[in-house]
Amino acid sequence: MKELIVSAIDTGTVIDHIPAKSVMQVVRILGLEDFENMILIGTNFDSKKLIKKGIIKVKGKFFKPETINKIALVAPQATLTIIEDYNVKNKTIVEVPEEIIGIVQCPNQNCITNHEEMNSEFFVVDKTNGIKLKCHFCEKTFGQEEMKIL
Amino acid sequence: MKNRSLVSICDYNKDEQLKILEVSKEFEKKPKQRLLDGFVIASLFFEPSTRTRLSFESAINMLGGRIIGFTDAGSSSVKKGESLRDTIRTVNNYSDLIVMRHPLDGAARFASEVADIPIINAGDGANQHPTQTMLDLYTIMQTQNKLENLKVGFVGDLKYGRTVHSLTQALANFNCEFSFVAPNFLQIPTQYKEFLDEKGLKYETLANIHEVIPEVDILYMTRIQRERFSDPQEYEKVKDAYELKKSDMEPAKKNMKVLHPLPRVNEINIDVDSMPEAYYFQQALNGVFVRQAIVSMILGIK
Repeated sequence: MKELIVSAIDTGTVIDHIPAKSVMQVVRILGLEDFENMILIGTNFDSKKLIKKGIIKVKGKFFKPETINKIALVAPQATLTIIEDYNVKNKTIVEVPEEIIGIVQCPNQNCITNHEEMNSEFFVVDKTNGIKLKCHFCEKTFGQEEMKIL
Repeated sequence: MKNRSLVSICDYNKDEQLKILEVSKEFEKKPKQRLLDGFVIASLFFEPSTRTRLSFESAINMLGGRIIGFTDAGSSSVKKGESLRDTIRTVNNYSDLIVMRHPLDGAARFASEVADIPIINAGDGANQHPTQTMLDLYTIMQTQNKLENLKVGFVGDLKYGRTVHSLTQALANFNCEFSFVAPNFLQIPTQYKEFLDEKGLKYETLANIHEVIPEVDILYMTRIQRERFSDPQEYEKVKDAYELKKSDMEPAKKNMKVLHPLPRVNEINIDVDSMPEAYYFQQALNGVFVRQAIVSMILGIK
């Protein structure tokens, strides 16, 4: 049996295949900072899929698909494993949602969302060649390289 | 269309846009009718604009509606630091419809989500100016008797020019062909080229205005702003290269018309004004009829 670098959890969620540089963003997007359960965070592991990957294990927590899919922006290849009693109950991959509310800051400095207290809102207009977002307010379209996670 | 905001030209479909043109024609024949008696319309100009504001106010006055509002943010509570959300909520209580111009992109969309009364976007930053687009469509229809299968040339600042973006989107419903004439760094953004690609429409991007004059039915001129240039000498060069003069017009087609959203600076020489192709002042007048149509349709009177 392969030795686990990050200890196993008895019940909860394992998020694997997070690009190493995005691990902290995933923590923020899922609001894990305010969590009281045990969380194991590991990063910079060697990976076949990614050059360096991160992994997050959250004890006693199951995420709703709409919550977990938010991380697709920073970790499009992430896998999600539900563990119950040390056994794998279910394994899925994240999906890029159709709409993204909050999380991303509109790169257009002249966009109302950067000046008024309000949530940003984007439509995902392309999922195939990297993610492309269109701002619901200023109507500008931009690619992943311009995205800034709040 | 009753009670529906007009924020972006894409908010109304092709049939609704054609209906606006039809109603505009009725107002052109009879612009003074007391249809808006008892209605209060808020005109909120967070950024000064002469033409758009006066044309809205003239349109509403001719129909007997009352106008409240401000003409620049300096004379409003915005100066005291009030959020747009609060300004809109307040005005919402005092009026039946809000016409607004704002310097930030997306401000009108946000306002339309805060208010329960409809919003007409009279320009939000560099984003949209849908009533300008409707009056452009009306003018094109008036001069060509159709909107389908026209060849339209856009000249000038195509990168920041919101009128160009919205009109391109609107004309894409009518199988038009487009020529975008601009210096490289002010060319039409990729987003709009992709949009035309998706629709399978033909377009070309070029730098020389003389190449398009013999080809197009509509030559849509826009202003190149000095602020866009870091090098003043570069501005002088570009400005002269994109100036339309009477002598350039010789190869134009008989039905060709020159449009411009105004104000113009020097991109159309005044020697063009007296030519039959010059149509930009008539275009500005059409703004009144089109805005009468849009206001009365949204208020459910037409």
